[in-house]
Amino acid sequence: MSAAIKTPRGALLATLLVLSIFPLFGSDYYSELLTKIMIMAIFAMSLDLLVGFTGLVSFGHAAFFGIAAYAVVLVSPQYDPSSLWLVLPAAVLAAAVAAFVIGLFVLRTKGIYFIMVTLAFAQMIYFVFHDSPLGGGSDGVFINFKPELRIGETQLLDLGNAAHFYYVVLLLLVATYVFLRILLRSPLGHALAGIKSNEHRMLSLGFPVFLYKLAGFVIAGALAGVAGFLSACQFGFVTPEILSWHQSGNVLLMVILGGMGTLNGAAIGAFAFVVLQEVFSALTKHWQFLMGTVIVLVVMLLPGGLSSLTQRVRRLLVGGGSNG
Amino acid sequence: MDLTTFLIQLLNALQYGLLLFLVASGLTLIFGIMGIINLAHGSFYMMGAYMAFALTSATGNLFVAILLGIVLSALIGFLLEWGLFSRLYKRDHLDQVLLTYGLILMFEEIRSMIVGDDVHGVRIPEMLSASIQLSETLSYPVYRLFMSGVCIVLAVLMYWLIRHTRLGMMIRAGSSNREMVQSLGINIDLIYRLVFALGVTLAAFAGMLAAPVSSVYPGMGNQVLIICFVVVVIGGVGSVWGAFVAALLIGLADTFGKVIIPDFAGLTVYLLMAAVLLWRPEGIFRRI
Repeated sequence: MSAAIKTPRGALLATLLVLSIFPLFGSDYYSELLTKIMIMAIFAMSLDLLVGFTGLVSFGHAAFFGIAAYAVVLVSPQYDPSSLWLVLPAAVLAAAVAAFVIGLFVLRTKGIYFIMVTLAFAQMIYFVFHDSPLGGGSDGVFINFKPELRIGETQLLDLGNAAHFYYVVLLLLVATYVFLRILLRSPLGHALAGIKSNEHRMLSLGFPVFLYKLAGFVIAGALAGVAGFLSACQFGFVTPEILSWHQSGNVLLMVILGGMGTLNGAAIGAFAFVVLQEVFSALTKHWQFLMGTVIVLVVMLLPGGLSSLTQRVRRLLVGGGSNG
Repeated sequence: MDLTTFLIQLLNALQYGLLLFLVASGLTLIFGIMGIINLAHGSFYMMGAYMAFALTSATGNLFVAILLGIVLSALIGFLLEWGLFSRLYKRDHLDQVLLTYGLILMFEEIRSMIVGDDVHGVRIPEMLSASIQLSETLSYPVYRLFMSGVCIVLAVLMYWLIRHTRLGMMIRAGSSNREMVQSLGINIDLIYRLVFALGVTLAAFAGMLAAPVSSVYPGMGNQVLIICFVVVVIGGVGSVWGAFVAALLIGLADTFGKVIIPDFAGLTVYLLMAAVLLWRPEGIFRRI
């Protein structure tokens, strides 16, 4: 069975190849859409570390995404492009610090409490930005100049340039993926997996479970911050909606629909979600109704998410009578 | 703050807290008894408010609208439990989160298709539209007192239902051991269905009652849902009594928060929650 679950390396490399040459062939519209999908894939993979690998169902992950986006706004100078050297670390650090503080509270709870408490804390952050003039209040705020990367006088990268931006996103997507793969093989990754399958046993074996969970939570928050930074750069505009609970719900949806605990699944979920969103919103202004219907149908008819679909089809084709 | 203002704020806090209790008690009952986490609970509140608006416009009377709305929402709850939720009892919380998230999106769009996205007001019935003069300049609307009164009556009724009736006994037994109750020949499926319908009706009723004061607007359900989560987290999951105490605490924190630190009024409720989490991560009251 383990061979079937193992990462299909060929498929991964093929995807990477397609992604890296896509802007040469695809139209601007599709390149931009793909950029958005890759950003969401980073976001979804960061949540998968919590939901899929540690068993922590967070319904407030948009908080860290949004905090990083606001950090870009707050760090960027008004009339000049900001430096990537400064903004990216600042955004990720802001998200990580927020995850650390919120983690201290929410990780004291478990199960259904955890779902509700993460949602509530994310909503609290939402109100911080919604009610205070810090980031333009409920109207949001523009980022006048996109960050750039300079060495001395020469400009190496301009994130306002669509092609530059595309490859920066791709690079960060690959980096996030590789980082998470390495992390999952590290002692920390194994400890998180142990916590997922049996927290009490880990505790009685003497593992500092709380610290491990906090570490996982901070890392996931920081990676969500990478996605939030990119999202702010893509749209050049940040509103409190970026950390609304819809955002948290959507990213959770991507992870679950794609199949938890696989990383690849989170990316596939992000792809499916963004594409569905595009298709539905082109059809009707009530596209959320269609989205809701799809979600309800998947839960009712496909327990186990979209990823279980391939197994079902395979079982049908092979015709094996084994019940697992 | 002089005494009259204080009194008015106190009454507002109680009224808000009691209303929250109605919504949150449904949420906590459904979770405590059936183990279902229901994100769509706020949508039922929204549904109730919009029913009050639409039915009051149609019938010309809020009370008739509320009666019709109660029947309608109980029916909706009954059908939803039968069609969707009854299939989710054995599933993971994650599936429940997903399903109810999908339902929120659907309900919100159905609302938008039928009524549109405008904000609407609902008229306070003639006989309750007066105000009580408290001082030369300050007065308190009778309708808000009426709301608080109704909520208190319902809270007492609910306590009586759960603690002192045969049905309540079966509900409590069903929450601790479903199979055992079933093998005693009690139709537990029907009881679950009733509890779910009751929870939905409580939320919808709260929405109907609040409609004349808060007016009806898109997204109103989600706001209430999240505050209700805070109520449940503070009060303890599954504890109706805990929900009562927590809802009142939140009413006080929110109302006086607005007076004392108006700039960050939205935050006080969450700060209260954070404090309770540090003190008792599982809520003030555990169960019952």
